[in-house]
Amino acid sequence: MCGIAGLIHRGKSSKVGHELQGMLQALKHRGEDSTGYALYGDTDGKNFIMRFKVGENVGEGSTSVSEDISVYDERKKMVDSYLAEMGAKIVKEERTLPYSLRYEIQYDKKDLLEFSQKIESIPGVEILSMGKSLEVIKDLGNAKMVCDRYNLDKLVGTHAIGHARMATESGVDIKSAHPFWGYPFSDVSVVHNGQLTNYWNNRRALENKGMRFMSECDSELIAVYLAEKMRDGASLEEGMKESLTGLDGVFTYFVATKDSLGMAKDTMAAKPLVLYESDDLVAMGSEEIAIRSILPQEIDTYDPFDGEVKVWQI
Amino acid sequence: MANLKNVTKKTKAQAMGMHTEVLTGRTQQKFFNPDEAENFYYFGTYDVDFNKRTDLDIKDMTAADANKEIDNLMSQGYGTIVIKNPQGKHSIGVGILNKLNLIFEGSLGYFGIGSCDGPTVRINGRVGWSCAENLMAGKVVIEKNAGSCFGAAIRGGDLICKGSVGARTGIDMKGGTIIIGGDAGAFTGFMMQRGRIIILGDVGINLGDSMYDGTIFVGGEIGSYGSDAVDAELTKSDQDWLKRKLKVAEIGENFNVSKMKKIVAGKKLWNYDNLEPTEKKGAI
Repeated sequence: MCGIAGLIHRGKSSKVGHELQGMLQALKHRGEDSTGYALYGDTDGKNFIMRFKVGENVGEGSTSVSEDISVYDERKKMVDSYLAEMGAKIVKEERTLPYSLRYEIQYDKKDLLEFSQKIESIPGVEILSMGKSLEVIKDLGNAKMVCDRYNLDKLVGTHAIGHARMATESGVDIKSAHPFWGYPFSDVSVVHNGQLTNYWNNRRALENKGMRFMSECDSELIAVYLAEKMRDGASLEEGMKESLTGLDGVFTYFVATKDSLGMAKDTMAAKPLVLYESDDLVAMGSEEIAIRSILPQEIDTYDPFDGEVKVWQI
Repeated sequence: MANLKNVTKKTKAQAMGMHTEVLTGRTQQKFFNPDEAENFYYFGTYDVDFNKRTDLDIKDMTAADANKEIDNLMSQGYGTIVIKNPQGKHSIGVGILNKLNLIFEGSLGYFGIGSCDGPTVRINGRVGWSCAENLMAGKVVIEKNAGSCFGAAIRGGDLICKGSVGARTGIDMKGGTIIIGGDAGAFTGFMMQRGRIIILGDVGINLGDSMYDGTIFVGGEIGSYGSDAVDAELTKSDQDWLKRKLKVAEIGENFNVSKMKKIVAGKKLWNYDNLEPTEKKGAI
């Protein structure tokens, strides 16, 4: 059934990694096959942060095929060489896990399509996120396990969205885990709770327009759908409103950009969402207990109505 | 009691006391004999004293432990229980089958007050999905907003939300009254079979979709009508009933009920009135 959570601080920063961990952990009964975070941290905005994987987590419960760690090293070397070819300079490199890496890179071009295509032409390599603030971290296990594994507790930022997944439409692996990066747009991420029934029709049409899919998870369609709308000049909110009719099925999804956070709910309101809104904080989740994990005091919350789209700025 | 292992399928229900005669069809079944009412009782019900009051802080309890403690307090005769720090927990206050004053100082998560018969409940916060599902009798008042499927499949009692509610309010309801002080979402009254829904604010799309029977009163704008839902004339007795109900519910007492719209089922199902006659009597 999956659970989603998100929050945005308006006018200040906070430990969003810690806060989102609490919210997602409260939702772990909705699925703990994998958990993902899209965190918008405080940065100087000069360098890109690229989170990418060179292999899968093949631990207990995974549906991925085991690979030798030397394969990961080979892929990493190829990524480094391609980055150098494209004039991207690695400023800082972190290898949190053998298959998961975080690079801070200097890269002057704005169009990330060519860049992403080049990197992802290496078999087994997937960019999880690319942006000047966004970092997507996703792995198998519940929110606390992933948070501890990647040391997310101390990350300070303005907003974040996350997802606790019960695998249904595709395998238990990182590539099918949420959030999805809004490839090839810098700092765009999406999480989704629900099921899209016109996935293949939309996917074929979008692939014919040159858009890229990395998994067979129906939720990835939302990120690609919105990315395509924005590529054609629509604003985030316009793209989200179009998605209410363009996407068929039941869904509640969140989308975040460098400075905003949005939610959309399908016209049948079949998927839950509880929302808390104040002048300096918006917090939302599949269940109220997610919000309660960061706001234990008595607060006013509500369910957004069917077909509702909302966007907040930091 | 008859040995149920040795009876045939045809007479098994009779041996269990469900029927008093050989029946040939569902429309002729007799489910409950009012003359034998005194022989019917719920397991796990208590005689409580409303003047005996206590507080229960459930901040660090699981839902199961909290419900067990409520049951334990009722067994000791407490008739007024104030629940502190519910903090959006799911499935709290369920399966209460006797009279009780239950007050929540905070909000509930999903499936709060489910399958109850008799208690009077006040929630000084918000409730999540499926609040008071299957309510048989009693009164539940929510001071703030409610999630979707509010009052799903209720058969009796009064369910009052002073704020707004999500989608599918009163889905499959078979009796009782639901009163909404604010707005209601899509598919309100979806497949409702009996009972009444009052919405003082606006309501979303597909109002009363596939409703069999029952009545919906709307004070604000209607997004769209569902299949089988049609307008009906708002009578003087409707207005009197609405005024009385809103006054008792302590909500919208000065609301101009004469401007409300009345929505009913547009088609009558074949043989519908013969179904479950005793239940219908109870619902009225």
